[in-house]
Amino acid sequence: MSGALLEVRNLESYYGPVLAIRGISLDVPEGAIVAVLGANGAGKTTLLKTISGVLTPEKGAVRFAGEPIARQEPDAIVRRGIVHVPEGREIFPLLSVAQNLAMGAYTRADRAVAADTVRVLDYFPVLLERMAQPAGTLSGGQQQMLAVARGLMARPKLMLLDEPSLGLSPMLVRAIFDVIRRIHQEQGISVLLVEQNAQLALEVADFGYVMETGRIVLDGPAEALKESRDIQEFYLGGSQHTARDDRRWKPRKSWR
Amino acid sequence: MDDLQLMVGGLANGCVYGLIALGFVLIYKATEQVNFAQGDMMMLGAFVAIGLGNESHAGLPFWLACIGAVTIMAGFGMAVERTLLRPLFGQSQIAVVILTIAFGFVLRFVAGAIWGHDPLVMDNPVAGTHVTFGQVVLGADEIAVIVVTLLLTGLLFLFFARTKLGIAMQAASQNQLAAYYMGIPVKRIHGLTWMLAGATAAAAGILFAAKGSVDPSAGLLGIKAFAAAVIGGFGSLPGALLGGLIIGLVEPFAARYIAAGYAQIAPYSVLILVLIFRPHGLFAQVRGKKL
Ligand SMILES: Nc1ncnc2c1ncn2[C@@H]1O[C@H](COP(=O)(O)OP(=O)(O)OP(=O)(O)O)[C@@H](O)[C@H]1O
Ligand SMILES: [Mg+2]
Repeated sequence: MSGALLEVRNLESYYGPVLAIRGISLDVPEGAIVAVLGANGAGKTTLLKTISGVLTPEKGAVRFAGEPIARQEPDAIVRRGIVHVPEGREIFPLLSVAQNLAMGAYTRADRAVAADTVRVLDYFPVLLERMAQPAGTLSGGQQQMLAVARGLMARPKLMLLDEPSLGLSPMLVRAIFDVIRRIHQEQGISVLLVEQNAQLALEVADFGYVMETGRIVLDGPAEALKESRDIQEFYLGGSQHTARDDRRWKPRKSWR
Repeated sequence: MDDLQLMVGGLANGCVYGLIALGFVLIYKATEQVNFAQGDMMMLGAFVAIGLGNESHAGLPFWLACIGAVTIMAGFGMAVERTLLRPLFGQSQIAVVILTIAFGFVLRFVAGAIWGHDPLVMDNPVAGTHVTFGQVVLGADEIAVIVVTLLLTGLLFLFFARTKLGIAMQAASQNQLAAYYMGIPVKRIHGLTWMLAGATAAAAGILFAAKGSVDPSAGLLGIKAFAAAVIGGFGSLPGALLGGLIIGLVEPFAARYIAAGYAQIAPYSVLILVLIFRPHGLFAQVRGKKL
């Protein structure tokens, strides 16, 4: 036992005959923010779905707080303290904002739910004025905030955040990442963060993994990844144009 | 005076349509499936209640027979979900439609084999008694049907709007994947929904068999109830009841004022008119829905 809060070992998941993740291993230590980067179709969402139990892995193990959780039902996994905030604003469109939040606390029976609603809305004041409105009538950015707020209502120990910045204006992206940082600091929630926006993700994360076609091809402390030439070129888009870059061939990623 | 009696009789019929329509809407709201056997489940509920309560059968006291029938049909609904519907989980809607239509036929034949094909009336405390308002004489059974239906609809409405389980049922139908992510046990929720639909069918069956008579083909009026659900918006509980009442009212008045042979068309003409002018029904709810 290495003692990380979440330990993923050699995880493989299929969609029918399609092998979408091929032997993923990663750790999320208690109290850490860990980022998973990767291009479209790399298998990041599949990885999160497999951890949260919506997909059943073909092979491999997931341990949470030392206990094996792979192949358990999603509701059992939520009860253990893992909540998955899906990509693309998957809210309940005809339920009110307040009812959406209540559904985030579905697995809870304690009396602190009302107090938690107040606390969660403190992070997202824009939702407070819209509690009675059907969630489907919120703007895209507001729906994204609702999805994060709803996840928080489960009082998770670990949050799986799938591309929270997707389709948001730069200002809202800032806002949502500020909230992620605050949630992490003030509530002590560990985060597994999937992002296309590598710059931002590595700013908040302690550690990062890079995925490509279902595999992890690179990992390291966030600081080190930010300095890495591969990340710079392929994800941060930052290339200082030097004489050497005038070469005619395409640069190759060093992990190949 | 006559018109008032006609109206109360129509409303009482409409209540039964409305209760069956509630069953359609319950299942649709929670699972996005349409149970075309809902009318036949009503018929079965009626026979179970008769089997428990009538002198000629088990002869239990009326209330006990009602509670028994509702409980048995609730369990029946849950069993149907577990054995027939769950294997189709994730399959196309049309598979569910065909399955439930076929299942309705099975129920009809089974009921005929057990209880025979002659119409039976459920023994009940208000049978044959009347309530007089001035010069108007109304059947106590019809009044009872209306009161009970209003109560049940109100309770179901509150259940869906206010309780955690009711809201979770809506959540599971609006976005099944997100429901899983939130730890809502979607399959168990579907089972509970069918349980509720079974209990509602039993209530409708009891009212139907107490104010009239029931035979194995009575489930065919599920078609009118389906029309009622569509008129109401297929997703709204008060809408389903309203749709039922509209059809219930249109029938007797059409029978009186329109030439025989054409009168039967009236309920469906209403359906078509509603769909032309309000394609999503009177209580439209689908507009904001993600497809
Ligand atoms: N339901 C599905 N059925 C079949 N294949 C799927 C399904 N969902 C995803 N895939 C495939 O699995 C692979 C990984 O998809 P996944 O959604 O995990 O990528 P991702 O890294 O999250 O991409 P993005 O950044 O675009 O969200 C892709 O090749 C995709 O086509
Ligand atoms: Mg994805």
